Amino acid sequence: MERLRWVQQCCRQLLAGDSRRGWYSDGLPNSSLLDTHSPRGRVCGKQRTVFPRNGRHQQDYERVSRNYKSNAISTTKYTFLTFIPMNLFEQFHRAANLYFLFLTLLNWVPVVEAFQKEITMIPLLVVLIIIAIKDALEDFRRYLFDKKVNNNVVRVFCGGLMNSTEQPSCPHATKEHHRKKRTVVPSFIENEELKELLQLYKSNKIRTTKYSFLSFLPKNVFEQLHRFANVYFIFLAALNFVPVVEAFQPEIALVPIGEEFTPESFHSRIECENPNNDLSRFRGYMEHSNGVRVGLNSGNLLLRSCTIRNTETVVGIVVYAGHETKAMMNNSGPRYKRSKLEKHLNTDILWCVVLLFVMCLTAAIGHGLWMNSFKESIFQVDTETPPALAGFYIFWTMVIVLQVLIPISLYVSIEIVKLGQIYFIHNDLSLYNKQLDSRIQCRALNITEDLGQIQYLFSDKTGTLTENKMVFRRCSIFGVEYPHEENARRLEVYESENTETAVRSVTLKSGYSGKSLSCRSLSCNRSSVSLHTLTAEPMEEDQLSGHVQPRTGAFCSRMAKEVVPDPALGRKLNWLTNHSSSETPSSMELTYITDFFLALAICNSVVVSSPNQPRHVIPEERTPLKSLEEVKLMFQRFSFSPFSALSPSQIKGSPHSLKSRLFIRGKRGSLTLSTPVSNTTDVSGSSQENDSKPDLSAREEEEQDVEDQETEDDLKDTQTNPDEARQSMQDLTKQVEEITDELVYEAESPDEAALVHAARAYRCTLRGRSAESLLVDLPGIGSLAIQLLHILPFDSNRKRMSVVVRHPLTGQVVVFTKGADSVIMDLAESPTDQTEVYSHIKEKTQKHLDAYAREGLRTLCIAKKVLKEDEYDLWLKAHMLAESSIENREELLLESAQRLETNLTLLGTTGIVDRLQEEVPETIAALQRAGIKVWVLTGDKQETAINIAYACKLLCASDKLLTANCGSKDACAALFEDLILEVQGGESLTALTGNGESMSSSFILVIDGRTLGWALEDELRSNFLELSRRCKAVICCRSTPLQKSQVVQLIRDHLGVMTLAVGDGANDVSMIQVADVGIGISGQEGMQAVMSSDFAISRFKHLSKLLLVHGHWCYSRLANMIQYFIYKNVMYVNLLFWYQFFCGFSGSVMTNSWVLILFNLIFTSAPPLIYGILNQDLPADTLMELPELYQDAQTSKTFVPYMFWITVLDAFYQSLVCFFVPYFAYAGSDVGVLSFGSPINASALFIILLHQVIESNTLTWIHTVVLVLSCTSYFGFVLLLSGFCVTCSPPVNPLGIELLQMSHSLFYITCVLTTVAALLPRLFFQALCNTLHPSTVLKSAHMDTVDSENYRRRMQRWNMTHSKTNRLSAGADNAGLEPSLA
Amino acid sequence: MMASSYSAKDEDGHITVSGPGGGTLRNKKPENTAFKQQRLPAWQPILTAGTVLPAFFIIGLIFIPIGIGLYVTSNNIKEFEIDYTGDDTSSPCYNCAKNFSWNNTKSCTCTIPFQLDQPYESNVFMYYGLSNFYQNHRRYVKSRDDSQLNGNIDSLKKPSKECEPYASIDNKPIAPCGAIANSMFNDTLTLFYNDPNGTSVPIPLTSTGIAWWTDKHVKFRNPVGTNSNLTAVFQGTVKPVNWHRPVYELDTDPENNGFINEDFIVWMRTAALPTFRKLYRIIQKKNNMAPTLPRGNYTLVVDYNYPVRSFEGRKRMILSTISWMGGKNPFLGIAYITVGSVCFFLGVVLLVIHHKYGNRNNSANISN
Repeated sequence: MERLRWVQQCCRQLLAGDSRRGWYSDGLPNSSLLDTHSPRGRVCGKQRTVFPRNGRHQQDYERVSRNYKSNAISTTKYTFLTFIPMNLFEQFHRAANLYFLFLTLLNWVPVVEAFQKEITMIPLLVVLIIIAIKDALEDFRRYLFDKKVNNNVVRVFCGGLMNSTEQPSCPHATKEHHRKKRTVVPSFIENEELKELLQLYKSNKIRTTKYSFLSFLPKNVFEQLHRFANVYFIFLAALNFVPVVEAFQPEIALVPIGEEFTPESFHSRIECENPNNDLSRFRGYMEHSNGVRVGLNSGNLLLRSCTIRNTETVVGIVVYAGHETKAMMNNSGPRYKRSKLEKHLNTDILWCVVLLFVMCLTAAIGHGLWMNSFKESIFQVDTETPPALAGFYIFWTMVIVLQVLIPISLYVSIEIVKLGQIYFIHNDLSLYNKQLDSRIQCRALNITEDLGQIQYLFSDKTGTLTENKMVFRRCSIFGVEYPHEENARRLEVYESENTETAVRSVTLKSGYSGKSLSCRSLSCNRSSVSLHTLTAEPMEEDQLSGHVQPRTGAFCSRMAKEVVPDPALGRKLNWLTNHSSSETPSSMELTYITDFFLALAICNSVVVSSPNQPRHVIPEERTPLKSLEEVKLMFQRFSFSPFSALSPSQIKGSPHSLKSRLFIRGKRGSLTLSTPVSNTTDVSGSSQENDSKPDLSAREEEEQDVEDQETEDDLKDTQTNPDEARQSMQDLTKQVEEITDELVYEAESPDEAALVHAARAYRCTLRGRSAESLLVDLPGIGSLAIQLLHILPFDSNRKRMSVVVRHPLTGQVVVFTKGADSVIMDLAESPTDQTEVYSHIKEKTQKHLDAYAREGLRTLCIAKKVLKEDEYDLWLKAHMLAESSIENREELLLESAQRLETNLTLLGTTGIVDRLQEEVPETIAALQRAGIKVWVLTGDKQETAINIAYACKLLCASDKLLTANCGSKDACAALFEDLILEVQGGESLTALTGNGESMSSSFILVIDGRTLGWALEDELRSNFLELSRRCKAVICCRSTPLQKSQVVQLIRDHLGVMTLAVGDGANDVSMIQVADVGIGISGQEGMQAVMSSDFAISRFKHLSKLLLVHGHWCYSRLANMIQYFIYKNVMYVNLLFWYQFFCGFSGSVMTNSWVLILFNLIFTSAPPLIYGILNQDLPADTLMELPELYQDAQTSKTFVPYMFWITVLDAFYQSLVCFFVPYFAYAGSDVGVLSFGSPINASALFIILLHQVIESNTLTWIHTVVLVLSCTSYFGFVLLLSGFCVTCSPPVNPLGIELLQMSHSLFYITCVLTTVAALLPRLFFQALCNTLHPSTVLKSAHMDTVDSENYRRRMQRWNMTHSKTNRLSAGADNAGLEPSLA
Repeated sequence: MMASSYSAKDEDGHITVSGPGGGTLRNKKPENTAFKQQRLPAWQPILTAGTVLPAFFIIGLIFIPIGIGLYVTSNNIKEFEIDYTGDDTSSPCYNCAKNFSWNNTKSCTCTIPFQLDQPYESNVFMYYGLSNFYQNHRRYVKSRDDSQLNGNIDSLKKPSKECEPYASIDNKPIAPCGAIANSMFNDTLTLFYNDPNGTSVPIPLTSTGIAWWTDKHVKFRNPVGTNSNLTAVFQGTVKPVNWHRPVYELDTDPENNGFINEDFIVWMRTAALPTFRKLYRIIQKKNNMAPTLPRGNYTLVVDYNYPVRSFEGRKRMILSTISWMGGKNPFLGIAYITVGSVCFFLGVVLLVIHHKYGNRNNSANISN
């Protein structure tokens, strides 16, 4: 059951990942992924209905909402009252605690009772209390967090109040009244402050939101919802705060078309699916009062903990709240994995159980025999019980007496130790990323030691090895390659000197400099608010640029922003603006180029903002300078351009239809302005409050503020008023150019941003974006508003995205598609009339593509398609149908997109560089030296993957590359056979030459996704394993997320090794989850990888410290601590066992039961903890310098099975000494039971503590303090007990015993002898081993410490030999005598 | 309205700065302290032959003298032991041992002559020793009521359940209850010095001061009743089954009677091992001139009451002097000498190894 759920979860995350991931190409669309839809569809079939809480729906609202969860979240498990019962209930689910309980209960049986009843409860109580305190603290922290979250202020649109007032400003009034902690669900929420909105989303989980946004243009009021721009938000996961930009789809109609939106007039009903944990999916529809249904999808849903960007206000309705939110349903808390060591530990514990059983059995038999030997003796209390039965009773008594042998407290100790280890990992300065201000996150608390045993490392490429900061490198258009050499040089410069980037970027931006003043003065006209922002923000940014830059510019680093245009391409483009240019490209090529850059600029989901106006979505501009007519004329000159190649009727028809269409929109657009102003953000706006009919002249005065989305409208304006307009336009253009320079692109995936920036370098600038139009600057043409008809977003099955726009110049419906080369090349079909030219282009482009891939570039193809109007209409109808459907919406949309994306015309291709992260080669080299096999699993092309592998030194020049690309399964099988033979041949060759590792070339297997698919099948699996086991590294390219996880699983299960998977994207999630240790790189691709990981780091290089140092430490610490713990218990318990031979196996003990119980629980519990947390077998520097040391832990030398037995044997020996030395010292004397136990206990304590000192590699003051504390606590306790316990601890009264004993010298004499004799062998053998077989560990440690000494000796020897050579005559037969002679 | 949007922007800027860190402006950079970065100054003991061998020599050098000292001390302790179990027919106590039954009211007396070869100079401690007597048996050890022995009236009347089956007889509480008290050693040992002139001089045996001070004064107390008469205090209780006399008739001295009778106290401190001795009497040194027990012939007169045959036990009488390290025990001295020698030997071994291999390692390093 659990497994099934896990699989579901995995698949879900896979799906979620694919749709989020920017671009990656994988082998085959995975049918199994699609299959998982079906069960989910069934599960989520039920729907919920959400009503607004106003007017008409008040009753419905109340009826429906009662069943929904309130928004107050409580992640706490317990309350004050339920804490004790519930916590106890949970704790008794552990086997260990049950064992304790069993013992306690056993002690209540009179015949087997060993101690007083209370005393046996102590261990259980202590363990329960410690865990309960831990749980309580955790719960309290959750409670505080909940409280904080629940107390966030939200503004709730309350139906009742709204009805009472008709004032548009009413929302504010209600807002003030509703600053209450918990929103009632569902209710309107509106907000106007970004910060507050953030809180809002933290406090209130998930909502569907229909957006209203207010930009800060003065007249903006509640917008009509159909005119919304895209709203972007940053998704904030609850656990870490790495921003991820997510595109937010505009909502088309919140109210039926033609009506104005006011909160009180919103009467639509929303049907959506029941709460589920699929973040990427949301299905539902909104039914307006007039019966019109509008489909809703995940784009309409704002998740809990998002930050709103680019808008000031969001109006939404809550659909899920509290615990029903997707974020909450996804948050399963920290993960619990069982480490390998823990599994190992369990076998040891099992041995302990066996040991216990043997000991108890011995005692039972012994007691039976002993009983048998006496007829009726004076000291026998009970003579009635037959010996056999007495033996049986004794068995159970002994179980109680020797209970300590089963180290139950070990589990608690391990937990505490791991917390300590996590604390140190978390606090490591070298795992801290200054740029992101992020530490390592340890999400899994109990697999720290697995970090020290990794044998296989599976790494994603993009974002893990590389920075995932895409930089446009080169492109090929119309079959012509533009190498962008200048650009390449620039990138090199960046790599060498990162610091100078800032300076450079300023100079590169030359041309438009010095205009900021005018810009500011211009903007001053807008509003005081704008003024404020303009003056205040840059300052702020300057001050804090160090912090701001990496965050805000996550996807558009400076490097990505500045692309140096290729001279050739620049010249060709210049031709557009300046006809006198010498080189005249063919107009067809020019069209290609223009379209190519246009596609780059618009075929994406990038949102534009400028730092000055972060939320200003569309800087709506009028079409500047050049009239459209002029441009059209220019384009018409290209008589054979694809645009005009279409049927003339199309051309003629389309403008008309376009115009009529736009006219309607334009009218609607003007309606906007007459919307009652309900929320104004500035002075000028407030003057127009309640102005139902805005003054047209006022509007013209504030030219900037006019919100015109339709180009034609603007065009008319300019035409009617040319001079005036021209003047203002010139100003505007300047300003716009200035603004453009400061534009910030925020993209879903970094390569999108890179492409937009590249387009901008060619002055094809994406200026703004709204729901229905895009504002683009074109070279030689100026700003154009392009009507955006559709966006078919990227998905991993299609591996492409498309935009459908109405071409601004030709008026045709054009589809621009951008996607993986493999897909686009297939879809690109030659137009019938120009086969020759076209196929030539295609051929050339393919060549360039291959070249790019070889260079390690990421390639994307750009294509376009011109749609005939009737084709478009036909498609549109089907698409609308698909969009509005609720069932199978995704599938229908996919189909619809696929229908559209056919017969594309290939424009060109781009090559994007993704730089390696810093220190990646070093890290990989270190990991390989540490004996970790590094595999790279990537979705990229083979050539790209190999190149990256070269770049990060995974491949060396001497390595032999084995490539496995097969067309069929049989070929694949044969190939594997061949490759294995080859590898074996290579290996034997190496063996023959015997040159060792340094000379031998190792093999690297490169396998592609398709072949991998076969390799993972049962028949070929073993061969694949055999092959890959012999290779130094394996590179899997074009692999799907599922394949990645399958590979990891295969290696993990069949080779039985520890695997680590590291990745940053959602497509790595399954791999991360499958691996023994999953590491997420909290990079730029979102939270899924981090959420599913055990550890989240921010850079790949952190891995080396994490594994080599922390992993090593954690493992050796824990392994040693466990051994020590077992030793401690066996040693102590054996003392009791030996005593049984002298007390007739009666289960008697020579210690006060309090001391006996507390000995393990308190007196000797802290030292192992400190040992487990602080011990460093080697200094961190040495571990980093000598990664080979990692292998020691890898082969589990510290914790091999025989070490367990050595430990147990040593414990036996020590206990023998510890018991029999006092035994012989006191034999025959008048020593009492407890007096006899006193020196035994004391020496046991000394032995146990000193044993640890011997085992410890480092002793700090903390160790000293803890050791001293342990000692004092023991002696303090026993002395107090012996001083003041008159009738306490009834049967075995300790009064006066220790005091008397410690006043005797015999006590000390015995203790010293015992301690020394017990520890002698260990000390001796350790010294012996370290001297005779100095392991690498010790050698290096030795080297560290003895280095100076060595130097001295070397010098000595050097002097010696010199003196020898000088005095040849002295005869150097006896070199040893030389120094003394000299 | 102005204000609100103003602050909105402020906060917006704020957010950009602090990042979406949940509003916390705190830098997440870990503190660079020695503790947090695990760079605490530490002593790193690397146990190699070179580093360890001094310790071995030092231990050896310290232990051997101690061992010799202990051995000498132990040898100086004079100890005399006589077994009077009466197993074999030749033993004077054979008849007593053979005819024993708990119900005998008349005690059997046997006389054992013995000879001391050396004079005992200092105080001599007289012990009785029992063998194969498992006073440390779990059930036996528990079978007592400390609070009754501490003089608690309630416990006197209602002994703890631990005392079962020696808690009460016919609903009358046993005082002192429990198996330990019930099995109290009740032989009477008297010692006579046979003067060379033929007279037999009884040796004065001190019966007080044999118990621990804490036991005598803190742990064991007679119940305090309405009158100081012990007989009255113990009214309503019965004597343990095996006892001949009730607890309030153990001694005539009121300071050594009842629960605070030292023989009783000594018996109640259960021995750790099945073969044990318990202090019976002390022979105080009278004057500085004469030895406490001069060499010569002595007679031990035993009132044979205590049966050991049922568990194959043995009974002994021990005379011993003590030293600072307690009774005679050569083991410790020998053990110290042995361990010291072993240490020394190991030290030598390590020295050899160190010279042979320690140098090799170093030279390997040097050659690098």
